[in-house]
Amino acid sequence: MLIGDSKTGYGLISRLVHWIMALAIPAMFALGLWMVTLNYYSPYYRTAPDIHRSVGMLLLILLVLRFLWRLANPKPDDAELSPLERVASRTVHWGFYPLLFALMVSGYLISTADGRPIQVFNWFSVPSLIHKKGLEDAAGEVHEVLAYVTMLLFVLHAAAALKHHFIDHSSILKRMWSGPPSTS
Amino acid sequence: MKPASPRLLLLALLATAIVAAAPARAADYVIDTAKSHASINFRIKHLGFSWLTGRFNEFSGTFTFDEAHPEASKVKVEVDTESIDSNHAERDKHLRSKEFLDTATYPTATFESTGVKVNGDKATITGNLTLHGVTKPIEIAAERVGGGDDPWGGFRQGFTGTTRIPLKDFGINFDLGPASQEVELTLNIEGVRQ
Repeated sequence: MLIGDSKTGYGLISRLVHWIMALAIPAMFALGLWMVTLNYYSPYYRTAPDIHRSVGMLLLILLVLRFLWRLANPKPDDAELSPLERVASRTVHWGFYPLLFALMVSGYLISTADGRPIQVFNWFSVPSLIHKKGLEDAAGEVHEVLAYVTMLLFVLHAAAALKHHFIDHSSILKRMWSGPPSTS
Repeated sequence: MKPASPRLLLLALLATAIVAAAPARAADYVIDTAKSHASINFRIKHLGFSWLTGRFNEFSGTFTFDEAHPEASKVKVEVDTESIDSNHAERDKHLRSKEFLDTATYPTATFESTGVKVNGDKATITGNLTLHGVTKPIEIAAERVGGGDDPWGGFRQGFTGTTRIPLKDFGINFDLGPASQEVELTLNIEGVRQ
């Protein structure tokens, strides 16, 4: 099985990370929307934000590793796309990295604005780097806006993949699921 | 040397008279927030198990005070609600949100006294508190801490006052539990005579 990516398709690492994020990011969006509606006596009032922060920090680490992996590997071919589709696809693909990075960092800045670290489950803690009064408000607004932008990009990306699969009968979606067609 | 003109003499006399008369009439004081000899603190029970304390870091105010007629005193304070500080960024963000103070819509809380009832060293100040867009009369149990000349040529008066307000009265309906329906406010104010 192919671990790295090749010109013909995505290797195991890229596919695994892709699908982990494809599940985790919309789930985090839903968790974020839900957790701020909880009342004080809800059993999840503390645990829901704990999980949101912990998963967010793990996703941030995964995102950085994924970006380095992307740079270190050849990009699978997108020649079958029309010129317009290619521009759109590359914009969305490369746009996800800075967007998700800013989204996760802004979340981190809310929780660490008073100098407190973020405890990632019972595993390790991420220290505060910027201790600044009022930063939690600015970071909070950025976090909210970027979360909606991320979901917009997510929908565009998923809709494009489904269009290629069902309308164009292309193998683009299959390539992300099962890897390059002929490797042994 | 020329003798002092009668006009100048008169002016000097008048100035002396004003200075001499000053302590006897109501004087205007500005609350010393510039050098932070004043604070607005709050505390509320957490689950009924402990006191959670916090403060509003930014506010301003003035008062008038006449030692001979303390019942004629007046006080007005404006609080920047966004400056709430409970020493926890996430909680402060929550307290500023629509679920509590909604500081984006109501950036200022004000208190303006309407009357003072004096009882020895203590007094009850009645007045209107505007918080979260709701104006309601409240009573503050006040006490004079001290007053007099400061070491730098100024004249100061200091007071402390406490009050309790039910959050629901001011339209803050987030349920913190049965033990946390009311918040206690403590004001420590020192004014510099103008």
